[in-house]
Amino acid sequence: MKKEIVSVVLSAAMAASLAGCGSSASTTSSTGSAASSAAGSVVTSTASASPAAESANPGTTDTGSGEGKVLNIQVWNTEFAQRMADHLPGYTAKDPDDPTAGGTIGDVTVKFTVTPTDDNAYQNNLDEVLPGNSSASDDDKVDIFLVEADYAKKYVDADADVAMKLSDLGITDDDLADQYQYTKDVVTDANGDIRGSSWQACSAGLIYNRSIAKKVLGTDDPTEVQKAVADWSSFNATAEKVKAAGYQMCSSMDTYRTYSNNVKSPCVVDNKLVIDDNINAWIDDSKKLVDAGEETSNELWGDDWSKGFFTATPQFCYFGPAWFFNFSMHNDEDGAVGKDGGWGFCKGPQGYFWGGTWICAATGTDNPTLVKNIILEMTTDKDVLKDIAVKDSDCVNSQSVLKELASSDEGNIACLGGQNPYAELAAGAETIDMSNLSIYDQGFTEEIQKAMKDYFDGNASKDAALSSFKKAMQEKYPEIEVD
Amino acid sequence: MKGSGTAAVRGSHRVNRHNRWGYIFLIPFFAVFVIFQLIPLVQTFYYSFFENYMSGLRQVGPNFIGWANYKKLLVSGDLWAYTKNTMIMWILGFVPQIFFSLLLSAWFTDPSLRLRGQRFFKTVIYLPNLIMAAAFSMLFFTLFANKGPINSLLIQLGIFSKPYKFMSHVGSVRGLVAFMNFLMWFGNTTILLMAGMMGIDTNLFEAAEVDGATSTQIFWKITLPLLKPILVYVMITSLIGGLQMFDVPQILTNGSGNPNRCAMTLIMYLNKHLYSKNYGMAGALSVLLFLITAVLSILVFRLTNADAVEKGEH
Repeated sequence: MKKEIVSVVLSAAMAASLAGCGSSASTTSSTGSAASSAAGSVVTSTASASPAAESANPGTTDTGSGEGKVLNIQVWNTEFAQRMADHLPGYTAKDPDDPTAGGTIGDVTVKFTVTPTDDNAYQNNLDEVLPGNSSASDDDKVDIFLVEADYAKKYVDADADVAMKLSDLGITDDDLADQYQYTKDVVTDANGDIRGSSWQACSAGLIYNRSIAKKVLGTDDPTEVQKAVADWSSFNATAEKVKAAGYQMCSSMDTYRTYSNNVKSPCVVDNKLVIDDNINAWIDDSKKLVDAGEETSNELWGDDWSKGFFTATPQFCYFGPAWFFNFSMHNDEDGAVGKDGGWGFCKGPQGYFWGGTWICAATGTDNPTLVKNIILEMTTDKDVLKDIAVKDSDCVNSQSVLKELASSDEGNIACLGGQNPYAELAAGAETIDMSNLSIYDQGFTEEIQKAMKDYFDGNASKDAALSSFKKAMQEKYPEIEVD
Repeated sequence: MKGSGTAAVRGSHRVNRHNRWGYIFLIPFFAVFVIFQLIPLVQTFYYSFFENYMSGLRQVGPNFIGWANYKKLLVSGDLWAYTKNTMIMWILGFVPQIFFSLLLSAWFTDPSLRLRGQRFFKTVIYLPNLIMAAAFSMLFFTLFANKGPINSLLIQLGIFSKPYKFMSHVGSVRGLVAFMNFLMWFGNTTILLMAGMMGIDTNLFEAAEVDGATSTQIFWKITLPLLKPILVYVMITSLIGGLQMFDVPQILTNGSGNPNRCAMTLIMYLNKHLYSKNYGMAGALSVLLFLITAVLSILVFRLTNADAVEKGEH
């Protein structure tokens, strides 16, 4: 009897100590594996060039006298680092092949911290560093961080006050007058103060494969193709024809943003999750198209999804903004459709926008002058913006530059077979409505696509997929009610 | 335990004086244990009664909310679903693991077989355990991708006409997780069981052989009963390890446990809460996990030691 008690106590003690070490171990292993899944890894690139060795470059971006000697920039990919290396006057990149390795502006060292955006990892990183930024040591202070529209509202919030008001930096409304209104709405707080600025206007459209369009519709003229995809019912009818010709339309994940940008309400209202009619329409339309084999359910950015960019495995279209041309379409690779200008551009079923990067000045920065100048150079200087548009096929945030490009050969884009999409893009940028933006959009977008993939693939009923979606939202955002 | 017991029996002053050094040498361990294990463990219990998370950049709580976190976890039913997932994947992996380990260790320790190259095979079966679980999982993810090598092999062999989507079916995802755990751990278990078997007095085997017992009889009547303490140890550690299954399914399903959360384990669920900084809920889940682990461990212990327990009572 005694022996039995002792052994039970011992086994319980063993279980307790193991379970105990399990719960603490799980925290460490979670970070470990998140790092290996590249979801939560933080890659800090350090530019170690000594400031003294750099000769100050006269007549370039003013770094402000007596301010910090290290400019820390939080990013989620190489895009902004590349733009700075290519277009910011006076900036010297340390390694031309790796823009995130940083560089120098005069005697200021520029460091980039890259955190991937997936699964809110980038946001979690910002949440960690921004609130205590003012008390960090000077060389560790975040000076600039970038945000996307999906979660911009969270960081430009007046109460949170982690992004500086542009007016406090000395940037006036006049400086921003040429920008599109929606790009300012995204980063405007409840008091009407603007707390960020973007060089892009990301109105988007439908990018179609010209040769398939010729085969299926008999023409590759953008106005004619637009008629075939002018609304969702004609889009679905065209999908049938495309399938009959032996191709697939696109992935159901491609069409998502077009539906989700045209919702009637934000995805969370009064802390309650709302699944809008247009989201439901996306689910039902996509299920039909996937079942009919007219669309795929490939995840965005995956290998299978990218195959449509190549002539060996083409698909009818992608949905994308201007940054697609340069950033996603593999146009410089052999066998890419875009290499010989095989794409065309039209508005598509509904107007929408996708992405865009806003530059915010972190509260507590020790380089306010330099930050101000970078924001002004990169997002309001017409020469820089035009340079970005011409060299990188980006749709820039300047009404006058886009107007100029629309009527000039400089706006012709090679991968579109020389088509000039700027008039279309500019018209789109003017009509974008940001009123349904919320801080939950990134989580909503990622989770509904993940959950609905199960439904589209036939692994779950619609109800089951919706319920896993709600569970995932609840885990990500404990404060909202999902039912 | 044993050490202090013998010391007490001897009762000599010199031994006691030397014992002091034993305690001094234990201090670093206890200090680390208390700071990094015991205090966090107690805090986990404490914080599980609080509402404590981030909403955007705003900290909510900590507010004392009693049992609300527990209620939410237990009422939603998710906890049971994930416990079931975890147990299914553990059992799927553990059954072949214990079978092959017993078979291999019986062969390796059987002197009459005189297996050649034992050392080589012992090393080989242990090798999968040396690879980091995350890397192993990543490897399988690539191997079994829709357009991966396994699918192209199966198509070329004419077994399938089109790629089988391993990551989109409940059975294949759970099966892969179980298979990976089996591969990683059967070598380790084999070594443990071999140690146990080699500890059995060879006289018993010889006596049984003289009495005319077949090798099957020897295995069931002598080896297994005497191996019980080691078997119980293997069972319980494997069960606890199984309940804490995380890295393999996390990487294989990219953190989602999809399709339809069929491969979501308890620790993956815990990780979801920790990732969104919901410390109160994560604490409550940890406490429940602790209770589940304790109950199952005691259950396994009681079941496998049923004889000993009965003997002790009478």
